[in-house]
Amino acid sequence: MAMGVSRTTSPAPAPPARADDRDPARLPIATADRAFEALGAACAILLGLVLVGVTAAVLLLARPSIARFGAAFVVGRTWDPVSGELGALPFLYGTAVTSAVALVLAVPVGLGVALFQSDLGPPALRRPIGVVVDLLAAIPSVVYGLWGALVLAPVLREIVEPALETYLGSLALFRGPKLGLGLLCAGLVLAIMILPTIATIAREVLRAVPTELREGGLALGATRWEVVRRIVLPHARSGITGAVLLGFGRAVGETMAVAMVVGSRAEIGSSLFAPGYTLSSVLANEFSHATSELHVAALAELGLILFVVSLAFNVGARLLVARAARRATSTTAMVAPR
Amino acid sequence: MTTRTDRYVTRRISDKVASVLSAAAVVAALLPLVALLSYVAIRGFRALTPALFTELPAPATGGGGIANAVVGTVELVALASLMGIPVGVLAGLFLAEYRDSVLARAVRFCADVLAGIPSILVGVVVYATVVVGMKRFSGLAGAVSLAILMLPLVTRTTDELARTVPESLREAAIALGAPRWRIALQVILRTAAPGIRGGVMLAVARVCGETAPLLFTAFDNDFWTTSPLEPTSTMQVRIFFYTLSPRDDRHGQAWAAALVLVALVMILHAVSRRLSRDPRSSS
Repeated sequence: MAMGVSRTTSPAPAPPARADDRDPARLPIATADRAFEALGAACAILLGLVLVGVTAAVLLLARPSIARFGAAFVVGRTWDPVSGELGALPFLYGTAVTSAVALVLAVPVGLGVALFQSDLGPPALRRPIGVVVDLLAAIPSVVYGLWGALVLAPVLREIVEPALETYLGSLALFRGPKLGLGLLCAGLVLAIMILPTIATIAREVLRAVPTELREGGLALGATRWEVVRRIVLPHARSGITGAVLLGFGRAVGETMAVAMVVGSRAEIGSSLFAPGYTLSSVLANEFSHATSELHVAALAELGLILFVVSLAFNVGARLLVARAARRATSTTAMVAPR
Repeated sequence: MTTRTDRYVTRRISDKVASVLSAAAVVAALLPLVALLSYVAIRGFRALTPALFTELPAPATGGGGIANAVVGTVELVALASLMGIPVGVLAGLFLAEYRDSVLARAVRFCADVLAGIPSILVGVVVYATVVVGMKRFSGLAGAVSLAILMLPLVTRTTDELARTVPESLREAAIALGAPRWRIALQVILRTAAPGIRGGVMLAVARVCGETAPLLFTAFDNDFWTTSPLEPTSTMQVRIFFYTLSPRDDRHGQAWAAALVLVALVMILHAVSRRLSRDPRSSS
């Protein structure tokens, strides 16, 4: 009954309301459009707000530590939450060393994989290799950590580190107590984890080098390697630098796997075998049970440093890669005007 | 004469050496992948028991399972998807619609930056806001941080793909008198849908394995959670804690959880590839 009433009465008052309008169809549509637009804008702005929120929250949390230690925080060598003497240097050192080890191992391999896919490998293998590299990127960080701590670390302790000491022991880097878990292990795991980043981006950059340039080189009688070395690599240099920087940024920010294999000791030693700590992994281990306000603040300040460093590397790398892409298209236009 | 042949030979050799070296790099990249996946498969299978999925963690005595963590991972990812996907897709449509506006450029930049910052920092922020605000760790806080991690990925995929929709389709819709919101949802979104679904699936796969931001948002829990407002256990966080434990049975359960997690991520990746394939072009 109620349904019947509403059905018969509701259209009746509606037409006069519409008749008042000059353009009967437009008004509700314009309102809906504006609402939709506002909703979209709100969602988009939310993204920006999150970024601002990250900055604000980290800064706010870090304030007591910044006020207490000032610039000395960055060079402080002691990390003792109990006594309240807190310095960032061991973490900066650990982050720098592990990332450097990772880059030294991952850059040549990543570039090799990228060149295999862009120029040197048999075309039939290029796609499957891409899938494999994607797979490497898809495995969660904790799983790398699990494997690193339970499989890789014992292998390092029993086989790799003694061998390194035997052959390269004259360097302080490769001497000292062999624990498995330590800076070397973290660097190795990081190398595996940043390999896909470097390989994928370098591949895209290399592929963006115009085919005409390659064909020109080959037509002049150059071998494929000569084309790569004299034409492709110089052309893609800034993009490849970008790929390496992105890899470095990723290594700096990588948290879980490092927290599980780095040994978690805030010390600065000369050996790669020694346990250490990084900016991100100390956050993972200590943030949830830091009790004193100063401890939380100091951890947040480490987070702030981490934020600034990874931001700088990401933005720099993106600019380089974008420039490489622009250059590639402009050269194509120059070589083959269409 | 001989020198010319010599040079030709050296050039041929250096070409071969380069090819071999790049193939060696591929092998060097494959090696850890094979080693890792085989360990996860073998050790994971060995510890994979029905109890793992049906029982709660047993205290100290050994045995037990991680049923609550399996459910927790799925629950958090589902909650995060509910928050992250709609917001991300709408933001992406907005960016594509107003592609050259100052706001769109700024937001696009923010999204790229956000996608690059370490995920643990997202955890710090959610801790400082949601956890401190609610005065406790909660599954909701974990889901919020995962949603934040999904957001830039979903937004940028939607943005990129929506911009590839041919202008003629939009013009046809305008000619038919369709309002802008209908064009966005029924023309642009629908045309770009296969790719967007694939990209969204990739974003879901990515947050499935995220652990760092959960450590101080969802935290962990030995028991069943009845609401997202309680600390919630996840497989990822369990793997972390169990790896640090000295006990062998804990290690076994960590491998098993890793196997489940990797399988989940792989399935999502496969689904993503399936979805991104345009149904029209494949036939």
